[in-house]
Amino acid sequence: MALLQISEPGMSAAPHQHKLAVGIDLGTTNSLVATVRSGMSTVLQDEHGRSLLPSVVRYINDNEVIVGHQAQAKQSEDPINTIVSVKRFMGRGIKDIADKAHIPYRFVSNNASESPSQGMLQLDTRAGLKSPVEISAEILKALKVRAEKALGGELTGAVITVPAYFDDAQRQATKDAARLAGLHVLRLLNEPTAAAVAYGLDNAAEGVYVIYDLGGGTFDVSILRLSKGVFEVLATNGDSALGGDDFDHRIYCWILDQTREQTPNKQPLNEEDTRLLLTKARQAKEWLTDNDEAQITCKLSDGYAIDVVLSADTLVELTQNLVNKTLSPMRKAMRDAGLELSEIKGVVMVGGATRMPHVRHAVQDFFEQEPLTNLDPDKVVALGAAIQANVLAGNRSDDDLLLLDVTPLSLGLETMGGLVEKIIPRNSTLPVARAQDFTTFKDGQTAMSIHVLQGERDLVSACRSLARFELRGIPPMAAGAARIRVTFQVDADGLLSVSAREETKGIEASITVKPSYGLSEDQITAMLKSSFGAAEADKQARALAEAKVDAMSLISAINIALEQDGHLLSESEKDEINASVKSLEQTLNTEDSHAVHAATEALNETTENFAAKRMDASVSRALAGKKIDEVDLK
Amino acid sequence: MWLRGKLYCLSVSGLNENYFELFALKQSFAIDIVALESQYRQIQSAAHPDRFVTASSAEKLKSMQLATLANEAYQTLKKPAARAKYLLSLNDIDATQETNTSMPADFLMQQMEWREALEDYKAAKDIDGLESLMKEMRQAATVLSNELSHLFDEKNDLTTATAATRKLIFIDKVCEDINKAIIQIED
Repeated sequence: MALLQISEPGMSAAPHQHKLAVGIDLGTTNSLVATVRSGMSTVLQDEHGRSLLPSVVRYINDNEVIVGHQAQAKQSEDPINTIVSVKRFMGRGIKDIADKAHIPYRFVSNNASESPSQGMLQLDTRAGLKSPVEISAEILKALKVRAEKALGGELTGAVITVPAYFDDAQRQATKDAARLAGLHVLRLLNEPTAAAVAYGLDNAAEGVYVIYDLGGGTFDVSILRLSKGVFEVLATNGDSALGGDDFDHRIYCWILDQTREQTPNKQPLNEEDTRLLLTKARQAKEWLTDNDEAQITCKLSDGYAIDVVLSADTLVELTQNLVNKTLSPMRKAMRDAGLELSEIKGVVMVGGATRMPHVRHAVQDFFEQEPLTNLDPDKVVALGAAIQANVLAGNRSDDDLLLLDVTPLSLGLETMGGLVEKIIPRNSTLPVARAQDFTTFKDGQTAMSIHVLQGERDLVSACRSLARFELRGIPPMAAGAARIRVTFQVDADGLLSVSAREETKGIEASITVKPSYGLSEDQITAMLKSSFGAAEADKQARALAEAKVDAMSLISAINIALEQDGHLLSESEKDEINASVKSLEQTLNTEDSHAVHAATEALNETTENFAAKRMDASVSRALAGKKIDEVDLK
Repeated sequence: MWLRGKLYCLSVSGLNENYFELFALKQSFAIDIVALESQYRQIQSAAHPDRFVTASSAEKLKSMQLATLANEAYQTLKKPAARAKYLLSLNDIDATQETNTSMPADFLMQQMEWREALEDYKAAKDIDGLESLMKEMRQAATVLSNELSHLFDEKNDLTTATAATRKLIFIDKVCEDINKAIIQIED
């Protein structure tokens, strides 16, 4: 019998290979990509040395898209085809967009009833109807190109940040956008948590910290306990439709009021002028961070000249109630965390909008301490995401960083009378699963409609509808006799899946629903196909290549597992796994993607028992407080 | 496999789904919170899905199940009312069962007083009043918790413990309602 080889503690059995993993901050106004190089998290720059990529996408024609600074430069000239702040539309329907009249786009509702993204909005551009998912994918593609150029290779995966207060629809849309951009998503990470990682590791911070994150379009507040590399989110709250854009919008309305005072019969603005004034408003807001007055001058398309002066005091007057809107989420988060102000060790400011002095003052007044502003509020999220990506990709072998995040909003089901029964409360640590039993209402009832909702209110109409599905095939019984168990599972990405089954008669009638708001599988496949201009043959080649990559990574994972923990198995179990590995390896020489796929599945099944044993062993080690390989032989 | 909202996984394993055993703690009402937290973090460090991003799908699934179980177990043992309820369930007693309505008359009176106070403060939008009511109830909860460790750990008197647990659950529910009321007023 061959002797098992045991590698030295701390040494990986496989040759060390640095995987190219990045963190991406997909922001409302700007996006960034960062990576860990030589142990340091760094933002990757474009060829002109710029870190920020404006989140602006311009459709030139059917085949040509421009992203970033160049697109931004044309936003007033070509507003309908130049999309800014697309993040505000992710996972949203037209009715969710409050200030449509002042946004220069042609919104279209997706009414195709067979589409899973029914009700989601689309924008009518020169290149046709574009969903926010597709537009976001263009931004992600640009970042991917930047990263691969800078790192000199294909990316293994990416951590993509989302506002903590994003609901399931918005998260799913973000993940779809990443897939469409050809990125392997290692994890969706909440922006304030990412910021906490960057801040906490940089400053060796311990204790309870608040992250106040006011970005271009979203507001988050998260309260975390930092302790020896564990980042535990205690509570999160926010407003996914409040950000710097709203400040711009207030200034824009003020400019319009000023011109109306001077010229009462001024014609309504066209789309170009709207975008021009919004841009001027943003510039004035940024100028007022360090100055007392901002002069706003421009010429509208009809020749009308605008020349007004906005003072810092007026800006405060116009926007103080927006700042105050951030107070309520802060109070709620503090209450949910069950904390007193005196327990807060520091308040970290994140997001470009926190540069505004009156925002800082409000936070200082609320927490009774000066907020921490020593990190670049634009970069801190991407830097934290890169650190997490590096850990997830397996580049860091020491297990000293652990993020325990929560679900921001309660999840529930519709019950009698249009009320919501909460199944998973907000601020539950992820991953989380809960099951709840329901019963039938009528004698002989054979189907049950299940409506999944997200939100804090008791009324169905006041919560966001995530999915509806029907459980059919319930055996006919007297009312109240059936036991329908509905199970909610939220994974580490904060994404929900729901399943239901009838239990009393042991009849399997279960269905799993993954709510999807962005795009259906078919749509994504079709888009990937068209974007590569691929024919059916290419599609098959792609499927084969993907199946082989999956197979090889599984074989490598299992070989490492066998080397580390092979002693947990009997010889016959080991033989069985080795045989299964061999069968899979044989399919790799074929051109049959189905065979590769089937053999991969078979190997997965064969190793299930091994996986459980390894998990137990690893937990026992963790609980014993030391690794087994550290026990001295006497 | 799912049972009553709790996750029973790891059928193969030597690991028990008993929450106390999961964290290597003695099964009792009085609990070493520091040890619980530290063991919870150790388990998550080993089992969290973040550790298995590049692993096989079988391992990913196990990781998700175990991390989910650890979260559920930690939340249950951390809070006195949930811990008491769980201890009773290990003895096949369902403290929240509808038939389980025994509640001493003096506590019923107390319940009504608290509820009325809550409604009055709410109507008057009196946040200070709500805060002081909450404080009063928290004190009552502390007294109950002390009683429960005596009942569970020393006397093993599960009947009286069930009644005390029901009181504690009631207090938690009212505190939650006070919190909701304060948030509503503040908005």
